[in-house]
Amino acid sequence: MRAVHAALALIAALMLGTAARAFDMEEDHVFPAATAQVAQLSILSTTDTAVFGPLIAAYQARHPGVAVRYTVASSQQIYLAVTAAAAPGYDVVISSAMDLQMKLANDGYARAHALPPGVALPGWAQWQDRLFAFAQEPVVVLLSRAALKGLALPHTRRDLIALLRDDPDRFRGRVGTYDVRASGTGYLFATQEARQSDSFWRLAEVMGTLAPRLYTSSADMIADLKSGALVLATNVIGSYAAPQFPPGSDGQIVELQDLTLTLLRTAFIPRTAQRPDLGGGFIDFLLGPEGYRLILASGLPPIGGAAFSDAPHLRPIRLDPGLLVYLDRLKRQNFLEEWTAALVRH
Amino acid sequence: MRSAALSLRQRLMLQLLVIAAVLAVLLYLTVRTVAGRAAEATQDGILGAATIAIAEQLRGSEAGVSVDIPYSAFSILGSISEDRIFYRIDVAGQTLTGYDDLPLPPKPPQGQAPVYYTSDYKQAEVRISAVSRPVLVANRVEPVLVMVGQTRLGQAAIAAQVAKVAAGLGIGFFAIALVLSLVSARSVLRPIDLLAAAVGRRGPRDLRSVEHPTPKELRPLVVSLNGFIARLRAALSRTETFIAEAAHHIRTPLATVRTQTEIALRQSEDEATRRTLRAVIRAVEESSRSAGQLLDHATVIYRAERLADEALDLAGVVRGVTEALRPTAELKDIALRLDAPGPVPVRGDRMLLESAVRNLLDNAVKYSPDDSEIGIAVRAEGARATLRVQDRGRGLGGKAKADLAERFHRGGNVADVVGSGLGLTIVEEVATAHGGSFDLSDREGGGTCALFTLPLR
Amino acid sequence: MRFLLVEDNDALAASVADRLRLDGHAVDRAATLGAAADCLRATGYDLILLDIMLPDGDGRDFLQAHRAARRDTPVIVTTARAAVAERIDMLDLGADDYLTKPFDFAELEARCRAVLRRRGGAAQTVQTFPGFTFDPLTATLTIDGEPRELRNRELRLLEVLLAAPERIFSKSQLCDRLFSFAEPVTDNAIEVYVGRLRKKLEGSGARIETLRGVGYRLLLA
Repeated sequence: MRAVHAALALIAALMLGTAARAFDMEEDHVFPAATAQVAQLSILSTTDTAVFGPLIAAYQARHPGVAVRYTVASSQQIYLAVTAAAAPGYDVVISSAMDLQMKLANDGYARAHALPPGVALPGWAQWQDRLFAFAQEPVVVLLSRAALKGLALPHTRRDLIALLRDDPDRFRGRVGTYDVRASGTGYLFATQEARQSDSFWRLAEVMGTLAPRLYTSSADMIADLKSGALVLATNVIGSYAAPQFPPGSDGQIVELQDLTLTLLRTAFIPRTAQRPDLGGGFIDFLLGPEGYRLILASGLPPIGGAAFSDAPHLRPIRLDPGLLVYLDRLKRQNFLEEWTAALVRH
Repeated sequence: MRSAALSLRQRLMLQLLVIAAVLAVLLYLTVRTVAGRAAEATQDGILGAATIAIAEQLRGSEAGVSVDIPYSAFSILGSISEDRIFYRIDVAGQTLTGYDDLPLPPKPPQGQAPVYYTSDYKQAEVRISAVSRPVLVANRVEPVLVMVGQTRLGQAAIAAQVAKVAAGLGIGFFAIALVLSLVSARSVLRPIDLLAAAVGRRGPRDLRSVEHPTPKELRPLVVSLNGFIARLRAALSRTETFIAEAAHHIRTPLATVRTQTEIALRQSEDEATRRTLRAVIRAVEESSRSAGQLLDHATVIYRAERLADEALDLAGVVRGVTEALRPTAELKDIALRLDAPGPVPVRGDRMLLESAVRNLLDNAVKYSPDDSEIGIAVRAEGARATLRVQDRGRGLGGKAKADLAERFHRGGNVADVVGSGLGLTIVEEVATAHGGSFDLSDREGGGTCALFTLPLR
Repeated sequence: MRFLLVEDNDALAASVADRLRLDGHAVDRAATLGAAADCLRATGYDLILLDIMLPDGDGRDFLQAHRAARRDTPVIVTTARAAVAERIDMLDLGADDYLTKPFDFAELEARCRAVLRRRGGAAQTVQTFPGFTFDPLTATLTIDGEPRELRNRELRLLEVLLAAPERIFSKSQLCDRLFSFAEPVTDNAIEVYVGRLRKKLEGSGARIETLRGVGYRLLLA
């Protein structure tokens, strides 16, 4: 329910531009400096501390005098915090909600930062000199191998629709997806998929007939699939699923061949940063060779154009102002109405 | 005088460079303005297209106005540049969606075409396109205003790029103009340099008119120069004629006076009268000698300006003059010893050379004591033809040769000998006109050694 | 000697003729080229003194005609203009010598002698005296068949003295004849030449007598 409240607050903020003072943190860690502390770098992020811990440790190895405060919050909370100036002092803001990040940058909440020479990002992974992507993550379908026994693995949305339609009883109540009304990330995935795939709405209709379970995070869906509560989950962030389902386990990760969206995890330096120099240094570190290696080790695929030419079904969600369109109040309202009509009919 | 006025080259360069600089700045401004306008027009076009695309999605119903913003409207704006995008849709003055504080157009747009305006929004300069569409809402027509704005970073980047290119163009233009100015100044001034060089190369007595080919603009200068030269030449010529005539008119009566005085001297027994008569003869002698040398000198000046260039044998010339003077020398029992073993080829003006040699020998005879000997030697030595005249006269009396060769200057030790002081001047001038030299030195054992040299042919 | 003086200036011509006659020469005057030609047709001359500018023509024309007629009478050109160019011109045209007016008569005589000498003794000039003969042209004194050469001043001194034997010449008169007026001399300078000439005359019977305080005179044997 907390997520629903946050979503309502976000909508209110988007509508009225009013500032909500409150901002809910999920985690708040301070990594002390190895030597006497000379400065503190504050990071506001949607990424779990467990994933980012090694990166921070490596950063501190290079800068032993810097303590790092790492705060995890949801993308909506982060958006609210930044727009309301409720989180002053953060030097880097990291989020997987590309549309919100884009809107923050577009509306002037991000500071310009020049990348050091030798560090270059492809055009689709950077917006102006303000918003920088450091990881590209496919959005995948999760299937339970056991529940599917005897059936062919689906490779496209068409396969998936056929699978669900042909054997509804096997899936009823056991399919999961994001509740796009409550999850910003889910909303982003759904809108981008709706925009880019003709099959999105048909899949939504089919799923709607199967009493889908709605989630606000990929982790929850992964957990339910593992426990057997779900046999199928769509729009799961692949990098979260991969470590949970090593090859040979029950969970099957499927990148749909007709279209698999690729989420960009982005970072920027907020205008209210206390130590923008440290923030910039951290972004440079993330995008530098050492950051690249550590991101790869943490299970997040680092930025690289090669992935797209090797796998043509992968398509990045581009960092461009088009992302703002679905944040439009009317547009969102229309989309949610249609989505609700398709999925939440019972 | 030199510092007071800029040289022609400097003037020309300065003017050309000022013009080039003005043109370069104009070029820079023009390119910038035109390119800036073009960039703005491009941005306006895309903004306008996005605005219209949104406006076409406006729908009216009983419930109100709805709009489904096409993804491509913003995506295309983003594909041109990474500019920030703002939008606002107002229905009857109430913001339906978008940024409700985005500035409104200064005048409500009329018709189908969008209006464009520039405003400050969110700490940036924003170019905004606005279009108005009537929408039927609950049987009422409501005006709906669609505004799409975009920051101008892309345009600024283009402008900066264009400015760089324009500055490069301007600087390049100026650099080329600089080189061309140098070349053109050099080429324009070349005829002047050539003319100056042609006039400068002339000898001090060269009074021919300037026939050097010159551009039309320099003709007046050359014409005046030639006019001046002609007047100078005419003046010199008149002087010569005048002197010649004067000599004739003076000398004929002088000759009469002298002859009659000599007769009177022969017939007079009275010593006092004889002294007077001798003084008269002496005066006549002096006058006629002066007249002769003035004429010789005028001739030298006149001829030196258009030197005849004959092939001559200096030894032959000296021999002729020596023979002519021998009777005069014999009157004083002076022996002229000519030592000219072979021909000495030179180029020059025979009249002038003869005049110089004559003056040299005349001088030697005049100042030599009775019963003495004058050595005259003509030789080819290296690249020079030399004439040495050595006498046992009084020497230079401590005077420098430069003084003795000066016009009307005579040695301090010769007041008792008739002379005008022009003789050595003539020798010197003839030597100079021929590219030769003339020097006087004291001779060992008494007397003078005169050295006259010419370039060997 | 017999001179033809071609000169249009009457005063000058008269005085030059007078002066030459003083030295014992015969002089005919011609004021024009035509008159000169007449004279030349009428008689022969030892020497022609030719002025360049004449009323009926130029001296050049006369010279050309003169040489064309193969007459070998020597010509000495006289001019008041005295340009080197003219001198060369005249010599090229066949003049024997050239003198600028006003001229020294001693020089004129020296030049005449030089010209005649060059011509190889056109006239018989040897004069015979008791005890010696004298040839002014070759400046030779012959005593007892033995020739003695005279130097220029000795020659002129002898000429002056021989022109009037036994006449007393003062030192200053002799100086005037021997030295140029252009140079300074003291009367005593003459003593040197008198001494030399006495030596040359030894054995001839002629002698030069010194009259103390008065001058000198030549006494022939």
